[in-house]
Amino acid sequence: MTTTEAPDLLHRILDYSSRSDPYPLYAELRETPVALQEDGSYVISTYREIAGILHNPHLSSDVRNLSRPMPGAEERATPSFINLDPPEHDRLRRLAMRHFGPPHTPGLVSGMAPDLTNIVSSLIDDFAGKEQIDIVDDFAYPFPVTVICHLLGVPREDEPRFRVWVNAIIDSINYDPKTDPKEKLDNGVQATKDLRQYLGGLLEQRHGHPGDDLLTRFANDDGPDGRMTDEEIISTANLLLIAGHETTVNLITNGMLTLLRHPQVLQRLRDEPDLVVPLVEELLRYEPPVHIIPWRAAYSDITVADTVIPKGSQIMLMLASGSRDPDRFGDPDRFDPDRQDNQHLGFGSGIHLCFGGPMARLETQIALTELVRRLEGPRLVADPPPYRPSPVLRGPIHLPIEQS
Amino acid sequence: MSSADTLEAFKRDGRIVIVGASLAGLRTAEALRDKGFTGSLTMIGDELGEPYDRPPLSKQVLTGWVPADGTVLPRRRDIDAEWLLGVPADGLDLATNHVHLADGREVPFDRMLISTGVRARPWFVEAEAALDGVFVVRTREDAEGLQQAMAAGPSRVLIIGAGFTGSEIASICRERDIAVTVAELAPAPLVGGLGAMIGEVAADIQRAHGVDLRCGVKVTQLEGDAQGHFRRAHFDDGSTVDADVAVVALGGIRNTEWLRDSGLAVGIWGVACDAGCRAFDLNGLVTDDIFVAGDVARCPNPIYEYRFISLEHWANAVEQAEIAAHNMLSAQADRWPHLSIPTFWSIQFGINIKSVGVPTFADEVVVTQGSVPDHRFVAAYGYQGRVTAAVSFNNAKWLDHYRQLIETAAPFPPPCPTPDTPADAKPVPVDFPGPTLLAQGATVVVTGHDPGERRVTAMRQHR
Repeated sequence: MTTTEAPDLLHRILDYSSRSDPYPLYAELRETPVALQEDGSYVISTYREIAGILHNPHLSSDVRNLSRPMPGAEERATPSFINLDPPEHDRLRRLAMRHFGPPHTPGLVSGMAPDLTNIVSSLIDDFAGKEQIDIVDDFAYPFPVTVICHLLGVPREDEPRFRVWVNAIIDSINYDPKTDPKEKLDNGVQATKDLRQYLGGLLEQRHGHPGDDLLTRFANDDGPDGRMTDEEIISTANLLLIAGHETTVNLITNGMLTLLRHPQVLQRLRDEPDLVVPLVEELLRYEPPVHIIPWRAAYSDITVADTVIPKGSQIMLMLASGSRDPDRFGDPDRFDPDRQDNQHLGFGSGIHLCFGGPMARLETQIALTELVRRLEGPRLVADPPPYRPSPVLRGPIHLPIEQS
Repeated sequence: MSSADTLEAFKRDGRIVIVGASLAGLRTAEALRDKGFTGSLTMIGDELGEPYDRPPLSKQVLTGWVPADGTVLPRRRDIDAEWLLGVPADGLDLATNHVHLADGREVPFDRMLISTGVRARPWFVEAEAALDGVFVVRTREDAEGLQQAMAAGPSRVLIIGAGFTGSEIASICRERDIAVTVAELAPAPLVGGLGAMIGEVAADIQRAHGVDLRCGVKVTQLEGDAQGHFRRAHFDDGSTVDADVAVVALGGIRNTEWLRDSGLAVGIWGVACDAGCRAFDLNGLVTDDIFVAGDVARCPNPIYEYRFISLEHWANAVEQAEIAAHNMLSAQADRWPHLSIPTFWSIQFGINIKSVGVPTFADEVVVTQGSVPDHRFVAAYGYQGRVTAAVSFNNAKWLDHYRQLIETAAPFPPPCPTPDTPADAKPVPVDFPGPTLLAQGATVVVTGHDPGERRVTAMRQHR
């Protein structure tokens, strides 16, 4: 496993024309598990190498540990825990998790199942009379947005406002100074400021007022780690708001697309609703919502597959490629909901393992179960459907379907 | 008939007997069926009832969260076995391939698995052990009894032995707001498993949680009242502690007595076997039809210089079960060695302790990540310049990395810093208490002169 330069290949993957099917290019990429790029960064694409490095304490998520700073990094505000290392990462994640999952808040996610089912049912009710349904705009987008707004304590009616900011932020995630206009980056930086200011306004009203939403609970918490500062709460809320719906939209949409491409699996799901649990895991492997971790930093020299990645290097992790690695998964390009030992990289791994994973799972399980139960003879209008621009958070921008 | 035909015939209608119906035994049975064994399967166990899980017995069962009968092991598949429960095996005849049961029955086999595990080491004075209020914790009946005694609101619980089980029970006492004294012969808790540095951390944690921790002392006598109820413990320094409950947590004794005359290589550390779980006979020759798995197995590990290691770890039982089942159904060339890096976990005083590797196989230890005062850290263990183990306190997600360091014989101390490397990280001697069990006297004598005649016979211990 040697390092070779394959810059063209990465650019082809990131290019929009590959969006509907990047998997053959991933297979090509995996021939060089650790690939040094022209700009000095490294791309890792095989399962064991990705899993290994995600558990490697020498890998940093803090942009300050890159020897060459990323464009726009200095303009971004207080990082959220996704962009921090221990011990700060651990403290902030702990402070957030206290109000979201076990051991301090067990049962929150599972307790939301009835509400989730109601939201899904009413969205599907609204399909009535439509000739064409857009699974994205009519379903997969409004559903998780409603859920995360409720959970965080963000007014649902503000969605049109924050949607603009979120889109600009997502657009700027994989900003490439060589190919993208500077405007794309500036828009992202400005949108981050606007969104923070908006969340700050909501937070101000929560201090001293009891309530069940996360913003209120963060603002009034006095646990063993103390309380998050307002800056930290805003960064955390910012992260949860964006990550809490952007990825789930893609997971649900990718799920419906995959089921429509595999009608026999769709029929099985109708007949055996319990199949949805392993099916969503397989979906996270086969068509995950997050394809790439765009950057991590080598805090010290890291050896991966006999390649020494020098301290300060930028490292890109191709999660979706790792989950299709034939050295780890038999027949990896087959969608098989009965797959055993399915330790996919759909939620990443290690200390940054997806915070909202349990919520995304439940949302998608309920969404797909109800869609296949209630849609009659659904079929794709276009295959492939049109995709969003991002190669990182990958999914269709629209998924029009018709019923019989 | 070729050997492949013989193997196929065995898989089709051979007879496999599993002695010990707990985690290792059940998992072996399930794996045998998974791998296509359709012959007869017999499960022999001295306890009545379905196989159950033991880790919760010193944790969730004692808090009252999970009932003692609520830890039955999940069945991963139907094993279609004949169950002979409630009667222990008391002998093994390798000449005729029979297991003898205590009620006189004899069970024939073609291949068998020994997974008889460990029992709690009882208090050394039988009359004192029999006092009301004196417990060991190994079976679900033990845990049920102790749970009830705790629920009755004892004035104080005395725990004798601050290993993992004793420390976990002390933690439960504090969680239930019960006064607790822990008596430990070593200088600190957990020292035998994790060494002096971690022991000091564990001692601080226990004291911070209000445990009356007394180290370097020996309990000499358990005193009862006229009704035969435990009331007071005497220490070798002349002091006493009044308590209503005493928990004897002095480790386990491997259940090998029934194999004493079997001709297998059996001792206090268990039944010696090769890395493929095949038992050794008394001469040190490997047998072909007798397999060992779980707490009672004593297995050489190539990563640790081929030393024979016995591990009372949950994961070890599961992994050896898989290896034993595979090898029982495989020809010589297809056999697998058991090469997993050992892991175990404990939860006590709100701290998740997890380990990978063999911490006792080390001469130095260094904190590589996190903060000891915050009780969130990873410590790496090294032996002669290579990493051999790691232990985490509330920091388990990194251990996969340390497993890789152990597997690749990476240098110790790990040379490169991490974002959370403590500023003052420096290796210190690991400092385990000396081996107390070496001077057991001879176990065998060798007879015969010609290489074809030389054999060993077991020597009974007279002292």
